[in-house]
Amino acid sequence: MTKAQATPGYDRSAKTLVTGVIGADTHIVGNRILSMALEKEGFKIVTLGALTPADEFVKAAIETAADGIMVSSLYGQGELDCRGFRDLCVEAGLEDILIYVGGNLVVGRQDWADVERRFLDMGFDRAFPPGTRTDDVVRALDADFAERERRSAKAS
Amino acid sequence: MTGGGEPAALLIDFGSTYTKLRAVGLETGTILGAGQGPSTVATDVNRGLDAALKDLEAHLGGLPEFRHRLASSSAAGGLRMVTVGLVRELTAEAARRAALGAGAKLVGTFAYRLTRADLAEIEALAPDILLLAGGTDGGNAEVVLHNARVLAGAAVDGPVIYTGNRAAADEAADVLRSGGESVVVTENVMPEFNVLNIEPARAAIRGVFIDRIVHAKGIDRAAGRFDAVMMPTPAAVLEGARLLAQGTATQPGLGELLVVDIGGATTDVHSIAGGEPSREGVILHGLPEPFAKRTVEGDLGMRHNARAIIDLAGATAVAADAGLDEARVGALLDAIAADVERLPETPDEHAFDRALARAAVRHAVARHAGTVKVVQTVTGPATLQEGKDLGRVETVIGTGGALAHGQDPAGVLAAALADPADTGSLRPKRPRLLIDREYLLYAVGLLAEPAPDAALKLGLAHLSDVTPQTTGEAAHERAIHVG
Repeated sequence: MTKAQATPGYDRSAKTLVTGVIGADTHIVGNRILSMALEKEGFKIVTLGALTPADEFVKAAIETAADGIMVSSLYGQGELDCRGFRDLCVEAGLEDILIYVGGNLVVGRQDWADVERRFLDMGFDRAFPPGTRTDDVVRALDADFAERERRSAKAS
Repeated sequence: MTGGGEPAALLIDFGSTYTKLRAVGLETGTILGAGQGPSTVATDVNRGLDAALKDLEAHLGGLPEFRHRLASSSAAGGLRMVTVGLVRELTAEAARRAALGAGAKLVGTFAYRLTRADLAEIEALAPDILLLAGGTDGGNAEVVLHNARVLAGAAVDGPVIYTGNRAAADEAADVLRSGGESVVVTENVMPEFNVLNIEPARAAIRGVFIDRIVHAKGIDRAAGRFDAVMMPTPAAVLEGARLLAQGTATQPGLGELLVVDIGGATTDVHSIAGGEPSREGVILHGLPEPFAKRTVEGDLGMRHNARAIIDLAGATAVAADAGLDEARVGALLDAIAADVERLPETPDEHAFDRALARAAVRHAVARHAGTVKVVQTVTGPATLQEGKDLGRVETVIGTGGALAHGQDPAGVLAAALADPADTGSLRPKRPRLLIDREYLLYAVGLLAEPAPDAALKLGLAHLSDVTPQTTGEAAHERAIHVG
């Protein structure tokens, strides 16, 4: 396991991330650990907690001008709950917001590559399997935000 | 001048019908006397005040030395406010709560980007104050700046109180000022996501009320005759409720409480309560609630909105509760619509008013109180609470004509209580029921700051307990005890 970079090449404290557990799902522990880890790494975190409907993620992201939404789902219904999530963001004027999803996203033993593909097709920027380390998430965020900064620097 | 007696406070209410005075003894917390004059807000408030003072003097046989002269105003329909926020359930709701808590009459609430049609609507509403919120601190700035630009061109007399994203405050204020608006900048009503910070906005509203509205209504012509402290009457009621609940440094209060004020046009509900879940494992959802919370139901009023109450509660249900047939209820409703000043006289009219008041109280308290619902999850049922759990509130205070002068105040106030058939509504379960028959809560609120002990004594001495006895004996009024 590699440690997340100490100097990611952009200002983490300028990035606001909304976290929460989607749907009728009360499993809060993993999401809380993720939120604490991200906060410790310097991100500004807005925690919505368990049992959060999809539209509340979007509303919180609007008020806080969030840069990313981290959706947790641990009860196997993630595919149903997350359907149309990107569309909701686009509707609300958050076309470019970074959206990640992670947890026990589906029931039964399914091939992860297949599950990941389905969530990426739904418009998520990244999907994470069970057992993901928080450092992996931080590294993914660093890569994606740095890439976006480069893109916007090039565009201007 | 009588002189020599106990020091007194003069409480003035500049209403839209009357100028009402009360002289309160500061040591005993008793009403020394009352006086009344016409409302002369439209011309010169001094005339109404002079007439009321003369009336008071006649009652007392001379005027005492007043140590405090405190005024409130409910004149000219109250303090008309429009609020603007970003997300309807978040900063727009926070702004709404701040305005209501400041005693305003909320005439319009707007969310997201204001359109030209919204602007036209705001101009037509002619608010005394505009409250502009939107974005957490460091959050969305774009929408609140857009709305500032739209409002900068608004043909509205009242000032704008900016209570949005701190990061956009300077720019928004500049934009508004360059459009000719007067601007007061205060702290964000929602500095962080789901953190409610309404006190600074409430203080700013009160400041504007004193500076501008008092002037606009001509009340400053009598300004030298009362202390600078002046509140909208509903704000004074909320402060009075807060003092009664929390007590003073030397006297305990009544604990968490609810106030229901049934008026001719609206029903106000105030709660002084934390409202935390009463059971373990309940998950709180939605915007946090202010500890001192006021809601106003603009569609529930005993006279101007009697028909709206019937529409909401159903004519059949109201008729059944009144023990009348529906045709009779229809006729009584027409009589009220034809004459909103009408007071009940016949047994039918009293029964009808009782049923109307019960319906108004039931719906107003249900809207004020929180709700719970059970959500099925794969790990079993989970209980979600939104708003305040008022189940453990120990005291419900009723005020307003239908309670003060009605024949069955206990029966009307009982409509505020939890209904075993509707467990989703978190209303008080077993409170004692008190009536503020003399409409003194506003006076308690005015006195709360300069003379808290006298104010508390005044309030407690004039509340009558109408709680029905569980043994089945008829409700009788008792003095209340605190301790």
